[in-house]
Amino acid sequence: MIQTLAFYLFAIVVIAAAVLTITARNPVHSVLWLILAFFNAAGLMLIAGAEFIAMLLVIVYVGAVAVLFLFVVMMLDVDFAEMRAGFMRYLPFGLLLALVLAAEVIFAVAAWNAGGVDMGARIAPAAGDMPNIEAMGRLLYTRYLYIFEAAGLVLLVAMVGAIVLTHRTRGGTRPQNIARQVRRRPQDSTRNMKPSVGQGVEL
Amino acid sequence: MIGLTHYLVVAAILFVIGVLGIFINRKNIIVILMAIELILLAVNINLIAFSAALGDLVGQVFSMFVLTVAAGEAAIGLAILVIYFRGRGTISVDDPSRMKG
Repeated sequence: MIQTLAFYLFAIVVIAAAVLTITARNPVHSVLWLILAFFNAAGLMLIAGAEFIAMLLVIVYVGAVAVLFLFVVMMLDVDFAEMRAGFMRYLPFGLLLALVLAAEVIFAVAAWNAGGVDMGARIAPAAGDMPNIEAMGRLLYTRYLYIFEAAGLVLLVAMVGAIVLTHRTRGGTRPQNIARQVRRRPQDSTRNMKPSVGQGVEL
Repeated sequence: MIGLTHYLVVAAILFVIGVLGIFINRKNIIVILMAIELILLAVNINLIAFSAALGDLVGQVFSMFVLTVAAGEAAIGLAILVIYFRGRGTISVDDPSRMKG
């Protein structure tokens, strides 16, 4: 009973938050609704028994991705009212497309309910007595080790790419150049002079 | 009793909302990126639901990989958005003809 209640609560809130995400006038509000949607999706996954993914969703999405969105939205000084133009123009076409897509998905689910295609045996049956996180760890670090490493590589490339794309050298600042400092020799920086009396030294 | 179909319906609705968000926010790349995140979230819910229903952990493992790709995509997308805004002063996607070369 409590599961049913929790499911409907999470499901309704996640759908409402998603609708508000795409219709909010202010992108900052959009990001906040997106965070709410992620939280409730994490709740949905939690009651399905996927504790690890639920926690990952809260940590990675709410903690990193949503905050990144928030930073960018607040950093860009954009006229948000002007961007709403065309909202009503695209609405009928968008709604039509959404309806067609929804009909297709419902049709697919109905067809699947009528008896799915035979897709072979389970690859990694969930062990009944093992906690979800332990079972996930065993699978990730044995069978899917290489894919796991590849996922780490994807994150590394994304990080380097984001830095390379947004980094720029500013003019007008004088940053420390360590290579130049190390390369400097005493004979380059000092001079031994013997000026005659009454004459100054030219530096 | 909550079954697999309930989860599939929620994920389908979320997916369709994400697609609709791409279409009605044609001028705002930030909201388009958020709509893409919603779509990936719907895919994740589907993977988790099938994983729970079939008693097979592979769905959760691949849900984690989808999460990884989504995080990388958001980082790269927002970086592109920042340099696009720096060069143009706007983030409208109405005239992408200037994005040659």
